[in-house]
Amino acid sequence: MSVHININKICKSYDDVEALKDITLSINAGEIFGFIGPDGAGKTSLFRILTSLLIPTSGTATVGDYDVVKDYKKIRQSTGYMPGRFSLYLDLTVEENLNFYASIFNTSLKENYDLIKDIYIQIEPFKKRRAGDLSGGMKQKLALSCALIHSPKLIILDEPTTGVDAVSRMEFWELLKKMQKRGITIIVSTPYMDEAALCDHVALIQGGKLLAVDKPENIVKSFKGSLFAVSANNMHKLIYDLDNLMNTSNVFRFGETIHITSNIDDDLLYTENAHKHLSESGYHNITINRVEPVIEDCFLALMDQDMVKG
Amino acid sequence: MRTLYYILQKEFIQVFRDKAMLPIIFIIPVLQLLILSYTATFEIKNVDLIVLDNDRTPTSRELVNKFSGSSFYHFNGYADNFESAKQMIKSGKAEQLIIIEPNFEKKLINEKKGDIQIITDAINGSAASMMLVYAQSIIGDFNKNIIIAQYPSQHIGMPIKIDSLFWYNPELNYITYMVPGILVLLVTIIGMFLGSMNLVKEKEIGTIEQINVTPIKKYQFIAGKLIPFWIIANIDLAIGLLLAYFVFGIPVIGSVGLLFFVASVYLVGVLSIGLVISTLTNTMQQAMFISWFFLVIFILMSGLFTPIESMPHWAQIMNYANPVSYFIKINRMIMLKGSGLADIQQDLIILAVFAIVLFSFSILRYRKTV
Repeated sequence: MSVHININKICKSYDDVEALKDITLSINAGEIFGFIGPDGAGKTSLFRILTSLLIPTSGTATVGDYDVVKDYKKIRQSTGYMPGRFSLYLDLTVEENLNFYASIFNTSLKENYDLIKDIYIQIEPFKKRRAGDLSGGMKQKLALSCALIHSPKLIILDEPTTGVDAVSRMEFWELLKKMQKRGITIIVSTPYMDEAALCDHVALIQGGKLLAVDKPENIVKSFKGSLFAVSANNMHKLIYDLDNLMNTSNVFRFGETIHITSNIDDDLLYTENAHKHLSESGYHNITINRVEPVIEDCFLALMDQDMVKG
Repeated sequence: MRTLYYILQKEFIQVFRDKAMLPIIFIIPVLQLLILSYTATFEIKNVDLIVLDNDRTPTSRELVNKFSGSSFYHFNGYADNFESAKQMIKSGKAEQLIIIEPNFEKKLINEKKGDIQIITDAINGSAASMMLVYAQSIIGDFNKNIIIAQYPSQHIGMPIKIDSLFWYNPELNYITYMVPGILVLLVTIIGMFLGSMNLVKEKEIGTIEQINVTPIKKYQFIAGKLIPFWIIANIDLAIGLLLAYFVFGIPVIGSVGLLFFVASVYLVGVLSIGLVISTLTNTMQQAMFISWFFLVIFILMSGLFTPIESMPHWAQIMNYANPVSYFIKINRMIMLKGSGLADIQQDLIILAVFAIVLFSFSILRYRKTV
């Protein structure tokens, strides 16, 4: 019932900008696949190609057995798409939007009620309200309902949780998990690293290139070096001094602390050196703790390496 | 067909939900018709006239009385000298100056000829030529009376008797002439603006992206954008015709059905121009300026305000591609002359060609991929 996706050497250029450079990857049927990357990485371009809105400059992609260029009509019938920008009619009510999208797919809200029930019951009390008057989280649930109304085998969600509060974000991911259980393949992009861990596979994309594609736990495992969280009295200045620390790479602000990666095996020696260096530079209240990397550390490190290479 | 029905349903909900849009669609055309019909006229009344009478005799006064008695003129008094008369024209207090030469009466009786000079403010060329014609006809009339008074025994009649009849608009009423044209103007504005705004609005708000991933067919979407405004513009035309009848007393002499049939064909063309603009632009601002550009050219060249026959040759040729001029012509023919299908056939075919070509082009231009 669900579909797998094959993306083969996809390139896309706009005039003089290369938005996607030779993307090759496959997405398993029935999984949640996440694309993580900064703005302008090429996520939206890739999604538009997969939804047949954009024709690739070169390369091919298939959704199930259908080619995204040749069989675009079949793709449109079997794919649900939720664009990054809220794209439903703001002057129509919740119910009118749903009915409209259901009817142009030759179905009805009643027919597929079961499928969207989990989501729709949350917005049903507001069904007479205009979409423009809904809160951000409600809008996203309505958009998801509309993307699901024709019972697609694949849904593609472009940053569905951007600008949505933390509670709504969590609820939204729970809904995605429920959809997955129904056998729908889900492709989602997000700028939030913590959401990456909720995907079955994630791809890190930057500047139109894939930096890594793996299970989130494998990406964490592949982290090289030891990670330390550092804090001191003058955090603002600290980040520049840590950049100059010996045997150190990937200096990032990470919440209340700064994360640094040691390039040597002896953790004790490294922390002692770092402590000494910082005291000599006039810092006090210095804490340096070994921490386990999370997916964000891995991505930031990979992005940093890519920048250095590029 | 079912899909088209749902698209139309959605469009109508949106039109009627927009509280700012409704008065624009239905009240503004009414106001335009009422205001423009009264003001857009070539009729000239109350021309400010001054006279520099260097003769000051009963004959010269009689001539001046002829002018001041005419409803066409507003007699603004005698000027003392040429300088002050010039000043009055310059300041706009007078539009026409009549100078009666000294010894006008004496010369007229003794030498059978008198001299009069007419000076007209010709900033507005067409008005000036009309003022001159009026002045000449009054003087001619005066002249004839003198001849009859002087030679009552010799019956000098006019060798040719001219009898003028004005058909279709016997009172030479400008409102009668303008209203059919202004009706065309209203439906054109409604059609072109609403057509060009609607699709580009979906682009600007982003709703088009969600539509484009659906299996909606291009012709369904474009037709869904065209039909609601096509109906609305026809309703506007109906309101306009009712106003023409009840307010201005201008009935449709020809067939009302034929008029609406022509309007329907014409509106497909005009709405399609709007839709083509809509597919070519990305923001409502761009769409508005481009449709305004076309609208102004179409309307000013349409023959609504100035006769096409007096335009330069190249402009007359350009007018072959101006749908507005065809419909104004047909509308005047049906409303005022009662022309039938056979009389307007050729122009109607041209409008149909416009409609088919432009509608097809708008479907072709609309791309579901970006």
